[in-house]
Amino acid sequence: MIYLDNAATTMHKPQEVIDAVVQAMSSMGNAGRGANEASLSAARVIYDTRDQLCRFFGAENPKQIAFTANSTESLNIAIKGLLNPGDHVITTMLEHNSVLRPLYEMQEKGVALTIVKSNPKGTLDIKDLEAAITPETKMIVCTNGSNLTGNYVPLEPIGKLAKEHGLLFVVDASQTAGVFPIDVQKMHIDVLCFTGHKGLLGPQGTGGIYVREGLEVRPLKVGGSGVQTYNKKHPAQMPTALEAGTLNGHGIAGLHAAMDYLEKTGVDSIRIREQELMWRFYNGVKDVPGVTIYGDFDTKERCAIVTLNIGDYDSAEVSDELLTEYGISTRPGGHCAPLMHEALGTVEQGAVRFSFSHYNTEEEVDTAIRAIHELAEDE
Amino acid sequence: MRKKELKLVITFHTTADAMAMEKACKAQNVPGRIIPVPRAISAGCGLSWCANLDERDEIKAMMEKNGIQEENMHECLV
Repeated sequence: MIYLDNAATTMHKPQEVIDAVVQAMSSMGNAGRGANEASLSAARVIYDTRDQLCRFFGAENPKQIAFTANSTESLNIAIKGLLNPGDHVITTMLEHNSVLRPLYEMQEKGVALTIVKSNPKGTLDIKDLEAAITPETKMIVCTNGSNLTGNYVPLEPIGKLAKEHGLLFVVDASQTAGVFPIDVQKMHIDVLCFTGHKGLLGPQGTGGIYVREGLEVRPLKVGGSGVQTYNKKHPAQMPTALEAGTLNGHGIAGLHAAMDYLEKTGVDSIRIREQELMWRFYNGVKDVPGVTIYGDFDTKERCAIVTLNIGDYDSAEVSDELLTEYGISTRPGGHCAPLMHEALGTVEQGAVRFSFSHYNTEEEVDTAIRAIHELAEDE
Repeated sequence: MRKKELKLVITFHTTADAMAMEKACKAQNVPGRIIPVPRAISAGCGLSWCANLDERDEIKAMMEKNGIQEENMHECLV
């Protein structure tokens, strides 16, 4: 199988990640639930991973990184834990449902929501974000890269804008963490939401949230914490404040190995390789008659995603043909990004997304290019 | 049970703080080890750092240097 669905999850993981999970499952206890060696070994791996993520994202202190199950959980924590009725929040048409649905829920509770429009190429104009700011605005929440088009959203200008207006800046880094450099302090990010199973190359069920020091977030859940047992309230100190219940220690051990791999391999060389493969594919299919490609390809910096349609074929049909005839895994349909499809005009048809990993090869890309040529000819 | 000795016991707000302490101590050869918080200090659960009383100054200096915050420093029979 040729796996070109890496924006959904990177299926090919470094072997050391798999080994670390297996090793953890036969040796790790429950972190912070006793001082026996098994429990301590879990607590140590978890702390070391916090430390790695802290350095990786330029955070002030490892304690400001809490583990969650994925970006969706992190975004729910950030959006529901920081907004109150009467607040105004700004987001964009590029967002995934993991941003939009928590916002719609808060809207029902009295939070005002502005969704900044994108142009038909799926890009934003920062002036539109600025124009949406009102005296009630509390937060800007946006993605660092569209999961549908692969368009990259530079964070520093938005972070600066948020800072100038005294707004919180919450970032969804699902598509970029591990591939693009992110520095929360330099980019003025107050809350960074990330998942472990995409660009970070870790197991599914790992993810996290960075919260700027001094910023208090209402937790989504409370419960076991391993400390302050007889206190009726869940501890307020980070990271425990946002980590009720047993953590996914086995998964985090895998994420730890993945962070080691990323450090060793280098985020820049991974990104350059992914982009090489993406451009090879893009250049191979862009002039095929009947093929429509979505997104902005005038810029060098973009996620390794090419999303397209062939004629007016149903994207699900094309994706199925790619699988059955060529053994190529892609993703059709809506990609949990309803407003982005609205902007692109692809609500009915959906679109076929090809997303690349640095583990893919030129041969695989060339097979995909050939497939698109043949399918478009059949049209 | 072994005979108890008067020791320095440092408690923390979170498990992450206790782990930060252990990591820094190991890296800098500062003595001590993680133990469960003794009942005499707190009836909750949690991890604490246990060391000899005469190591207090060295430990305090290391914590200050590394920005590690304790909840409390106790002397207790462990």
